[in-house]
Amino acid sequence: MDATSHTFSANARTALADVKLQRALDRLAEGFPARRRDAVARLPEFDALRDAAVAIKDHTILNLDRYLERFEAKVLEAGGRVHWCRDAAEARATILSICTRAKAKSVTKGKTMVGEEIAINDHLAANGLDVVETDLGEYIIQLRGEPPSHIIAPAIHLSKDQVADTFRKAHGTLPPARPLTESRALLEEARTVLRSRFLGADVGITGANFLIAETGSTVTVTNEGNAELTMTLPRVHIVLASIEKVVPTLEDAATMLRVLARSATGQDVSVYTSFATGPRRPGDLDGPEEFNVVLLDNGRSAMLEGELREMLRCIRCGACLNHCPVYAAVGGHAYGWVYSGPMGAVLTPALIGLDPAKHLPEASTLCGRCEEVCPMRIPIPKMLRHWRERSWQRGPSATRSRFGLAVWAFVAARPRLYRWATGAVAALLARLATRGRFAWLPFASAWTGTRDFPAPEGRGFVASWNRGERR
Amino acid sequence: MSVARAAVLSSVRRALGARPSASGVEARLTEPPPGVIPARGRNDSVAMFLEGAARVGTTVDRAASAAEVPARIAAYLAERNLSTAIKLAPDPDLRDLPWAEAQLQTREGRGEDHDTVSVVQAFAAVAETGTLVMISGAESPTTLNCLPDTHIVVVHSRDLVGAYDDAWARLRARGALPRLVTWITGPSRTADIEQEILVGIHGPRRLHVVMIDDGQA
Ligand code: SF4
Repeated sequence: MDATSHTFSANARTALADVKLQRALDRLAEGFPARRRDAVARLPEFDALRDAAVAIKDHTILNLDRYLERFEAKVLEAGGRVHWCRDAAEARATILSICTRAKAKSVTKGKTMVGEEIAINDHLAANGLDVVETDLGEYIIQLRGEPPSHIIAPAIHLSKDQVADTFRKAHGTLPPARPLTESRALLEEARTVLRSRFLGADVGITGANFLIAETGSTVTVTNEGNAELTMTLPRVHIVLASIEKVVPTLEDAATMLRVLARSATGQDVSVYTSFATGPRRPGDLDGPEEFNVVLLDNGRSAMLEGELREMLRCIRCGACLNHCPVYAAVGGHAYGWVYSGPMGAVLTPALIGLDPAKHLPEASTLCGRCEEVCPMRIPIPKMLRHWRERSWQRGPSATRSRFGLAVWAFVAARPRLYRWATGAVAALLARLATRGRFAWLPFASAWTGTRDFPAPEGRGFVASWNRGERR
Repeated sequence: MSVARAAVLSSVRRALGARPSASGVEARLTEPPPGVIPARGRNDSVAMFLEGAARVGTTVDRAASAAEVPARIAAYLAERNLSTAIKLAPDPDLRDLPWAEAQLQTREGRGEDHDTVSVVQAFAAVAETGTLVMISGAESPTTLNCLPDTHIVVVHSRDLVGAYDDAWARLRARGALPRLVTWITGPSRTADIEQEILVGIHGPRRLHVVMIDDGQA
């Protein structure tokens, strides 16, 4: 997709005025953090597991070339193929040529953020393939032509009736008067439509949460079971994974999985965790004839150098999004590209360049919640500061807007900050608020436009905010 | 794309700079160090498995012997008014059980779109999270786990282990990994519409386990 990260401020303003989005974000703020807290409370070893997970990833990253070579050797041994790709264009071409060679017409996809990163759907569609997302959230946003708004819950920004409208438009052959007010009805409709797509697909593309060097296995986690159908029914299975996904052993994968779901959705483990190793074996009654792994660099090896290396530990759990006051205020689309929230603010400049993404590292209160909940203990605020320093070195003109945006972010995030922020942040807010209104803050004007932002005044502020003053 | 392969590996090496040559890579791969195993995974307790299963909506029944399995399954299906036509995994352990006596009609094979109930044996069950370990193979086609509405899994209590790691040890002892190993913890579900948790999006709407008590051997 084309990034709109450079218009973060405008994106954010739009988001703040979007009532449906704000309601969805409220639901998110009530759901994920509490569930994660419960899951962690049930597992006394959670912090020890985090330490172990960090150590595994640090060791792997330090020996990344060696583990990748071993992974490749094992995939070949199991009868699979490995395709190395330096960048998005190479990965797109590789996947298209696998599909062409297989004379494929129809492709099913499991959710893959790397797939979003390289915009694989558009490329395959432009070349005449019929591609369908099979994760319910991804399917919905594919029908709407939108990017995901959350790395694990891509349609989190939508309401039930928006989904119903989307289905009515997309599923034109179904009776127009059918009732679609209940979530259950929407689910059943998607189930039926997608079932026939699963059965008719020539190629299945999935992502991977991990790659295992010891066995040449790819690990894919879902709750829906769509990945299992995608990697079992078509003739050809393609796994698309970036190089930092590798871990050494089966035990190491188990350690990572013990922290992943708990951090992500607050489940002890996801419903389906599939370890795929090579194609169908002699005697098997099902499974693909061809197993391909597309190993993508696309900026990862560059991140190995210096300040951002620790970001390669990220397991894409989404906890930092779920606990971020800025994300909670503006949602994922405002970030303008594939990855959002704190991890997106670190990754996006690394992957698409600092210039188009320079506002993202600035859209942070540096409150530290992300680092606190990150299962991989990634020092996100330190990395955001690194990016800010880099933009500063490029030209001091950014300072004003930077400060303005920081203030704006405080205000924008107010209702959620109320729930989450530390005393220090609250005190700072109170100090900033001494004049009652924020419009006087000269630097904030770029973000607030012509209207005043009411200063935080506890419930009064939240109430007026919710009553729709921002409409 | 061997040009790309060389380029990716060399940029990784360049970025990492000089490192000790071995760094414990071989040792880790040949002698995988144990992970941090949570207390709840440190014994193969049925109670822990049941707790995990209940949390995610997996129903569990017990059978005193393998011969009792068809009757237990028939009771489960009758209670819920479900079809008595079963797609059975081509598994010698299951084949000769008294299905007809329990008024169940069985066919063997892989899962197909129109199958409503499947019965498959698990490779193992993991107490840690109430998880079933399913493996692909001639005797346990993957499609039986992911197409039918009702997924019934038979597991011996001797195959109940404490932690994921114990299941890995058993799989390693068996040889190279099968094409697909799937940990299944509950029926298919989604929270993609307004975060409401709904069961049965793609695969099974129901996951039912019949655990055969093997007694203290
Ligand atoms: S940065 Fe940490 S919390 Fe955020 S997605 Fe990555 S692993 Fe999860």
